[in-house]
Amino acid sequence: MDDLYREIIVDRYKNPRFKGTIQGGNVNFEDENPLCGDQIRIDLKVDEFGTIVEAAYDGHGCAISQASADLLLESVIGKNVEIVKKMTKQDILDMLGIELGPVRLKCALLPLKVIKAGIYGLKAADDSLVDD
Amino acid sequence: MNKVHMDFPILKRLVKAGKHLIYLDSAATSQKPLVVIDAMDAYYKEMNANIHRGVHALAEEATQAYESARMRIGDFIGVKDPREIIFTKNTTESINLVAKTWARQALGKDDLIILTPMEHHSNLVPWQILAAEKDLELDFIDLTPDGLLDLNCYERLLERKPKLVAFTHMSNVLGTINPVKEMISMAHQAGSVTLLDAAQSVPHMSVNMKELDVDFAAFSAHKMCGPTGIGILYGKAELLSGMPVFLGGGDMIKKVALRSFQPNDLPHKFEAGTPPIAEAIGFGVAVDYLSGIGMDQIAAYERELTAYAIERLEEVPGVTVYGPKVEDRGGLVSFTLEGIHPHDVAQILDGEGIAIRAGHHCAMPLHQNLGITASSRASFYLYNTRADVDALVDGLYKVNKVFH
Repeated sequence: MDDLYREIIVDRYKNPRFKGTIQGGNVNFEDENPLCGDQIRIDLKVDEFGTIVEAAYDGHGCAISQASADLLLESVIGKNVEIVKKMTKQDILDMLGIELGPVRLKCALLPLKVIKAGIYGLKAADDSLVDD
Repeated sequence: MNKVHMDFPILKRLVKAGKHLIYLDSAATSQKPLVVIDAMDAYYKEMNANIHRGVHALAEEATQAYESARMRIGDFIGVKDPREIIFTKNTTESINLVAKTWARQALGKDDLIILTPMEHHSNLVPWQILAAEKDLELDFIDLTPDGLLDLNCYERLLERKPKLVAFTHMSNVLGTINPVKEMISMAHQAGSVTLLDAAQSVPHMSVNMKELDVDFAAFSAHKMCGPTGIGILYGKAELLSGMPVFLGGGDMIKKVALRSFQPNDLPHKFEAGTPPIAEAIGFGVAVDYLSGIGMDQIAAYERELTAYAIERLEEVPGVTVYGPKVEDRGGLVSFTLEGIHPHDVAQILDGEGIAIRAGHHCAMPLHQNLGITASSRASFYLYNTRADVDALVDGLYKVNKVFH
């Protein structure tokens, strides 16, 4: 149990680095996990080569979803959107450094689902975006 | 009551890290005593047959066991006439049945249905569906700041002559026990039909449908020591007889021709297809079990435990408890812990072997009303003890420690 709330997760939840908004974002998407009301909005600024130059998220939810968002954004800045499209469930779990049951997995994967839906320009996010 | 937990095999099991299970989620579903599990097992081992048709010995025994369960469940809620006890899948199906038969026939454009903001989605969404289909109006009784229904508001709403008033006996989030007898009588004076969501009340207190004089009521077996997959719709016989059929198929018919059918008598008219027979038998044993302990004793025990829980929870830094004072509530407590999401609270408690519920408890509008997106809920039943409450409180101190 305590492993689940590793220092990095509690720290990112309480002191997020990428929470807020950015100026001139050109990719954005918002979704929620209806089960628990977790809600995440992600804004990205992507340059003409497809590189993510700035990123921010906003929303509310549990420590797992919020820490997942913060760590995800840290990892995608400077990367090409094509690389983000290929990110998987395992990448998120590696970042968080924990194992999760099916219910909490949804919390952890919500930010990845949101960022992919934004990059693909979808109207609605779908769980298949984060299925391995 | 202090030995009751020994009747529930699951409470002996160990969960995370060898810790004993402390089950505080009975408002979602209760645990089952061994007598109920054994009765269902015995049905499959010794009696399994379809009911109401075969003439062989097993079919007769199974039919008798199924109908005997109906009688005992009726008796449990003060109903002597088995025609008024319809077996359904659960509370949700019971309410949908009324919405799709009686209400669809009796209500028309611009008719009004009165509900409350503390309804479970099961007593809200069926009416939203019907309202969209028939162009009905829905209106809601205000809540007071301490989580009670505002009866002055209710009185004003009744002046608009609603066709139906549907409300919960006990809120699954706030724990509020509503003054339903008075509310039903007020509705009848206004000429309205009443429907009671009794999912959280019938398991925990003595409820007599005839004394309440309610027109329809719904509850589920699985919240009251019985199995999943079976529930009850109680309805007054005069209303049920006039209603159109619900699902079509076997058992709900008296005669069938190629292009027409004649519906069966009550209660079978609303029980199409092979019902959950083992579950009905288990449900019958569950009400026998609860009656053996005594519903008044159970209610008093839970009230005492809830008072203790509120007192202890309020000791924990950062805890906010929702809902009315203990005299007006049943055996559950919803709360939040400042700065910590309810899912994280539940997850850390789970690591201690403590099962609570976190989320919106199928009552999203009520959470909006409280200004929160989710809450944690500990709910009690006859097998819980003060030691369970103490473990919960110790667990919450641990949650605070992880986050601060």
